[in-house]
Amino acid sequence: MTVHNLYLFDRNGVCLHYSEWHRKKQAGISKEEEFKLMYGMLFSIRSFVSKMSPLDMKDGFLAFQTSRYKLHYYETPTGIKVVMNTDLGVGPIRDVLHHIYSALYVELVVKNPLCPLGQTVQSELFRSRLDSYIRSLPFFSARAG
Amino acid sequence: MAIFSVYVVNKAGGLIYHLDSYAPRAEAEKTFSYPLDLLLKLHDERVLVAFGQRDGIRVGHAVLAINGKDVNGKYTADGKEVLEYLGNPANYPVSVRFGRPRLTSNEKLMLASMFHSLFAIGSQLSPEQGSSGIEMLETDTFKLHCFQTLTGIKFVVLADPRQAGIDSLLRKIYEIYSDFALKNPFYSLEMPIRCELFEQNLKLALEVAEKAGTFGPGS
Repeated sequence: MTVHNLYLFDRNGVCLHYSEWHRKKQAGISKEEEFKLMYGMLFSIRSFVSKMSPLDMKDGFLAFQTSRYKLHYYETPTGIKVVMNTDLGVGPIRDVLHHIYSALYVELVVKNPLCPLGQTVQSELFRSRLDSYIRSLPFFSARAG
Repeated sequence: MAIFSVYVVNKAGGLIYHLDSYAPRAEAEKTFSYPLDLLLKLHDERVLVAFGQRDGIRVGHAVLAINGKDVNGKYTADGKEVLEYLGNPANYPVSVRFGRPRLTSNEKLMLASMFHSLFAIGSQLSPEQGSSGIEMLETDTFKLHCFQTLTGIKFVVLADPRQAGIDSLLRKIYEIYSDFALKNPFYSLEMPIRCELFEQNLKLALEVAEKAGTFGPGS
């Protein structure tokens, strides 16, 4: 049970933050391209899901899984998207992603007058707090696999 | 009744079969007097609610019927334009039914191709080696399950999130496809499936899966 990586996007598709813990395969394209592809895929999935849904949706798209990993998604009404790739053993972690947004991003970045919004987060405090929070999660194991 | 629909996508991404087995439609019918306190707009040949959520009518709902008669796209059953009709105070009071718009065949084709691409991107962005494409997509109102065969055909099932046993249903649909579509000498590969036996057996398999699978209320 482990966390592979984490992306944070804003409403314009700018990748605010990316960190990885256990990633065995790179995408084969540059990081910039990968962020754009990830954002584009999520945007398309959201639109796909809103058309396909037989009933009116409240939370929308939550997660998808493949044979090797699971992608969890959380979006705020302001368009901030928290995306986490974990392995298959992990259940619903919407509250974890919400905590990353409210207790880490909002507290350390939005409320920081020296952190410009709309670009990649440079704050070292945010990076280290996020890292220690992820490492403290019950489904994170330091040994990959 | 918890399996909503089944789609079969060929290896080029084209939709070759679709079945809507159950469509729970949240619809609201209300009588209005002039002026209408909802903002309507024309979008994609349909009249949608742009603003003014109330009483079960949400943004994005389409006008389905006026005074009990189903509308035809943006025209009423009599051939008048819906927006004009609802803008004329002489036609009030009027009873209008709103609800989620049903997908047209064209839209289903587009969505199937979109899913085909998303499936491939899911595999490309994988942080682990040897990942397949998207096998299960979860939302709060439905779960989408996908099984890709070795020949590239994808069987996609949309079901209630609590419905169990979809994996075996997908394998069963593959069996039915190979028995009643592939073994049919008049069926050409990758073309739309128009085999009656395929449809009959598929409906039977869905019934069996629904009875066996769901563990929630409202089955």
